[in-house]
Amino acid sequence: MKKIIDKSEFISKLKNGMSIMVGGFMVVGTPENLIEEIVKSDIKDLTIICNDAGLPNKGVGKLISAGKVKKLIASHIGLNPEAGKRMSEGTMEVELVPQGTLVEQIRSGGAGLGGFLTPTGLGTIVQEGKEIIEVEGEKFLLEKPLKADIALLLGHKVDEKGNTIYSKTTRNFNPMMATACEIVIVEAREVVSIGDLNPDNIVTPHIFVDYIVKGDK
Amino acid sequence: MMTPKELIARRVAKELNDGDVVNLGIGLPTMVANYLPEGVDITFQSENGMLGLGPAPVEGEEDWDLTNAGGQPITMSIGGVCFDSSTSFGIIRGGHVDATILGSLQVDEQGNISNWIIPGKMVPGMGGAMDLLVGARKVIIAMTHTAKGKMKILKKCSLPFTAVKQVNMIVTELGVMEITDEGILLTEIAPGVTIEEIQEVTEPKLIISENLETIRI
Repeated sequence: MKKIIDKSEFISKLKNGMSIMVGGFMVVGTPENLIEEIVKSDIKDLTIICNDAGLPNKGVGKLISAGKVKKLIASHIGLNPEAGKRMSEGTMEVELVPQGTLVEQIRSGGAGLGGFLTPTGLGTIVQEGKEIIEVEGEKFLLEKPLKADIALLLGHKVDEKGNTIYSKTTRNFNPMMATACEIVIVEAREVVSIGDLNPDNIVTPHIFVDYIVKGDK
Repeated sequence: MMTPKELIARRVAKELNDGDVVNLGIGLPTMVANYLPEGVDITFQSENGMLGLGPAPVEGEEDWDLTNAGGQPITMSIGGVCFDSSTSFGIIRGGHVDATILGSLQVDEQGNISNWIIPGKMVPGMGGAMDLLVGARKVIIAMTHTAKGKMKILKKCSLPFTAVKQVNMIVTELGVMEITDEGILLTEIAPGVTIEEIQEVTEPKLIISENLETIRI
């Protein structure tokens, strides 16, 4: 199966109203070329799941500024005033989730789990509407798994089969998101031949990756 | 003359022990790394997914694949390591971080902390703070004692909690306080400050340590 597609074919995979997980942490590890293609397209009403809201002109912040995001699920929006503005105006719904909970929800979604129990958020607003479960005398919140239609990731080196390695702190949410979405698309800084990557160093196994789009080195 | 923030950072640095794994929040807490005692080897964790933060990068030599939780370029010390966000928060919630140092909007005498939202005014999100507060073995709050004349150390936080009963210690420019079952114990006081002066800007009645000493810097 040939996984390498061009940018126009990439856009054809998306539909209005889809849920999309976007890798990256404060835009580090975000596939900027894929984001740019969505900005240029007619795609809208997206639910975006990302660690944060990026910056007004970078990362998922570009999608927010372009008015393409109906709902954002993130742990932090403080460095993107545009996100805060749209939230208070009511033009974009924002669901704030503790960072460790968000990534574990995604991991659960991809790992076939029904959720997990965490002490994070006990006694805070985060607890509202959630089940509290006691295990050996300690209280935990039940957090449910999270999945999405599409994952957009940034790979540092990707082989033609889809095996992916990441660079330094660009890794962050990318490997978990690769497991939790129906269609997984990796923007590759560099596409290498099958066999070029040391199997011991591969972080995301190829079975998780559906499509590869060549990005910038 | 030392600034209040430098005094706080210098004092907090003295709390760290050789071999500790430490997570520093954004802002004032970041300064703590500049004042580590001689011979104390600390492994700094950054929740976006790395262990082993080094000194700030030289201007012009920034590596944008290597950033901290604020998205700012950092360096990695020899032996440093990068990993995904799930591993990062496993480290945090799993009790593998010895100390976390955070700023705050409010702290109360039960050890509750509020530092992620001012409803209707500022909604940056909690980021990784809720996980760090419940997961780190020791929580040290490094903050100025008041904000524009308003008290921050309260009988009960008026803002929504970030975590319940997790704070162990508060270091301000006026003194060092420990949260105990009986209330807030004042253990150290800044030079030239009287007990009456620090009590005047602290809502709960301070318990004065029998061994009260001048702040150790």
